[in-house]
Amino acid sequence: MAFISSGYNPDKPMEDRITDIGPRHFDEFYPPVIKANKGKWLYHDILEPGVLVHVAESGDEVYTVRAAGARLMSVTHIREICEIADKYCGGFVRWTTRNNIEFMTTTKESAYALKADMESRKFDGGSFKFPVGGTGSGITNIVHTQGWIHCHTPATDASGPVKATMDVLFDEFKNMRMPAHVRVSLACCLNMCGAVHCSDIAILGFHRKPPILDHEYLDKMCEIPLAVAACPTAAIRPSKVEYDGKTVNSVAVKQERCMFCGNCYTMCPSMPLADDEGDGIVLMVGGKVSNRISRPTFSKVVVAFIPNETPRWPTTTSTIKRIVDVYAANANKYERLGEWAERIGWERFFEKCELEFTHHLIDDFRDPAYYTWRHTSQFKF
Amino acid sequence: MAKHATPLLDQLESGPWPSFVSDIKQEAASRAKNVKGVDYQVPADACDDVLGIMELSYVHKRTHWKHGGIVGVFGYGGGVIGRYCDQPEMFPGVAHFHTIRVNQPGGKFYSTAYLNQLCDLWELRGSGLTNMHGSTGDIVFIGTTTPQLEEFFYELTHKIGQDLGGSGSNLRTPSDCIGEARCEYACYDTQALCYAMTQDYQDELHRPAFPYKFKFKFDGCPNCCVASIARSDMSFIGTWRDDIRIDQEAVKAYIGGEFKPNAGAHAGRDWGKFDIQKEVIDLCPTKCMWMDGGKLVIDNRECTRCMHCINVMPRALRIGEDKGLSILVGAKAPILDGAQMGSLLVPFIKVEEPYDEIKEVIENIWDWWMEEGKNRERLGELIKRQGFQKMLEVTGIDPMPQHVQEPRHNPYIFWREDEVPGGWQRDIKEFRKYHQR
Ligand code: SF4
Ligand code: SF4
Ligand code: SF4
Ligand code: SF4
Repeated sequence: MAFISSGYNPDKPMEDRITDIGPRHFDEFYPPVIKANKGKWLYHDILEPGVLVHVAESGDEVYTVRAAGARLMSVTHIREICEIADKYCGGFVRWTTRNNIEFMTTTKESAYALKADMESRKFDGGSFKFPVGGTGSGITNIVHTQGWIHCHTPATDASGPVKATMDVLFDEFKNMRMPAHVRVSLACCLNMCGAVHCSDIAILGFHRKPPILDHEYLDKMCEIPLAVAACPTAAIRPSKVEYDGKTVNSVAVKQERCMFCGNCYTMCPSMPLADDEGDGIVLMVGGKVSNRISRPTFSKVVVAFIPNETPRWPTTTSTIKRIVDVYAANANKYERLGEWAERIGWERFFEKCELEFTHHLIDDFRDPAYYTWRHTSQFKF
Repeated sequence: MAKHATPLLDQLESGPWPSFVSDIKQEAASRAKNVKGVDYQVPADACDDVLGIMELSYVHKRTHWKHGGIVGVFGYGGGVIGRYCDQPEMFPGVAHFHTIRVNQPGGKFYSTAYLNQLCDLWELRGSGLTNMHGSTGDIVFIGTTTPQLEEFFYELTHKIGQDLGGSGSNLRTPSDCIGEARCEYACYDTQALCYAMTQDYQDELHRPAFPYKFKFKFDGCPNCCVASIARSDMSFIGTWRDDIRIDQEAVKAYIGGEFKPNAGAHAGRDWGKFDIQKEVIDLCPTKCMWMDGGKLVIDNRECTRCMHCINVMPRALRIGEDKGLSILVGAKAPILDGAQMGSLLVPFIKVEEPYDEIKEVIENIWDWWMEEGKNRERLGELIKRQGFQKMLEVTGIDPMPQHVQEPRHNPYIFWREDEVPGGWQRDIKEFRKYHQR
């Protein structure tokens, strides 16, 4: 490998420097039919799962074919997307917030040709490259985080559990037979870069063991006051520790106070939490962000722990499948998962979904906990 | 032949859903073959080593990535996240494997010319692996080495005219829903406002000076497709304040079964004949609609713009014409005191260039948070700590019932001295004249 200079001169970093230009302007990237009709759309229809038509005041139509993407994507794969977009869509394509890819054309014929083409493409391993679906009252792609592919604090993987879950829910991606749409998301630690806290179904990575203390290196690797300050429950204090016959500066952790958030590890690499038996998955359900009918709500913890069963997380995926099936069989049309659970009562939700209710599911964290206990004599047997 | 055996990951190649393992393998094979003769600036076998280290994580059930060191490009405090693996001898190709965040264009619309330029750059100067997109919205490039950072940035800005996104205690890359570009529900141009705010606040985005991260998200209507109400410190949600436009002929067409309700979203199951009473009128949360002699009537003053009726009958009902947005503040994930949903601060504001009114709210909030916020305190936590009233004071917004779900449950009102006639300075001698000790 020979180093190829971009033209950047390390001795004069400010020479010709371009900064603060922001993203490219969206106007450059609109397909012509979008540019011409922006702000003038009249209505839309979902023609079949994954295929939409939007109709403008001008009478113009745009057909959209929506396909799933693994959010982890190679440049080879992106180039294939470009090749499809060049062939059918005049060289334009977009992504949705939920990692789907949308191809737009102006005729129904080309939309269906595009769909057939996309569905014919498979990876060497056998999976679809571009399964079409993810619209309406079905289950669309999962928003998620990095996991073991690229982060330092995960308590589970992200891409693996997502793949395993969507394999199990695939029929619902290809269909629109749920009472309302079901949004699934995954975050691989409590930091929740993926903000899963308002999803119909949230898969959350969680540690269950307090940090291990690497006393030999802690003072060398970390700013002890920062590690102490990082702990939200004040479980960490500075401490002198006997190590290898010497007294070293380190920290002590009040383990019963630890909520396994991993903030200390982010500040101090000498306090790792990860553990093959300690780490696993929490399932939360019943959140939503839309203001439709009822207000936006947080997801609730309904399964306190499932171990990391690599490579396909069968307990996690089968539990999710069971919740989805029971919801689909019981909820009213338009009722989101959380709205259904609230209507029938959570006691009934646990019974119908055959989930065990354990003490872990009763909130005991600070003020908000009280508001989740039952303050009425009304309940179901 | 693959460089590392990956029997566990291989099991994620089967099944219908697109397999990230197959895709990484495809990239590894492409780099090994190198038909275009690219002089890869990071190890050609980086993707093989990604698979190797992932496999090890699948065996150990623990990550093998270490913390980021402080790496970045000159003059910016964000946009690059340092990443190193903890088994560099086994996987030298990913020993240094930093992430670069690139600010995605509005609505995540792309031309293939632009995407191909990005792909060429990332193939040359990185692993060839990306996230399309990161959860905040950026294009995320996974895996490069420190010497490549400035080179990448130079080519990104000079050749592609494109900048990095945010990370750390700064304004994170703003994101928007598709909005007016292709959605009939949009109450303002989300792309235009998102772009303007991103450009106007480039300094805040690239040079961390905040107590902690700060997110803007732009939703064109209360359906909240980008989850702004749950995920952004400042959430901009389109709304309107006049009447829902009704096309009575189209209402009849829905009742008569000519139009599919909910734009066909429920077509996969037989839910029976569309029943406007049951499916729309009875589900309206404010019960502000009814049928009157074959006509649908909406008492718009009582409507809270939940979108349900419009979502069910998009060809009959349209958002109003006096459009604008609501600003909600303080949403965040649970760390630490629990999750917070956005709280309504500004019920209605017109969205008009150059957006001065909106920027005034933003800057008042930032001034307060930068002055009073503790290290790593999100805006939502500051609002809780100092009180909603304090936020109204710093933004000069008058209190109104729209600000609360319900009035307070306790009478512990912190009266200010100037609100009480005569003030708080009193004479004990005067008091004692009438009240013995
Ligand atoms: S959720 Fe946690 S572990 Fe996952 S990518 Fe974000 S910070 Fe890393
Ligand atoms: S994991 Fe969180 S709660 Fe536990 S010691 Fe570390 S910072 Fe404190
Ligand atoms: S938030 Fe509203 S305007 Fe934006 S894409 Fe969703 S439905 Fe359309
Ligand atoms: S938008 Fe919601 S509140 Fe308003 S009339 Fe329609 S259903 Fe009722």
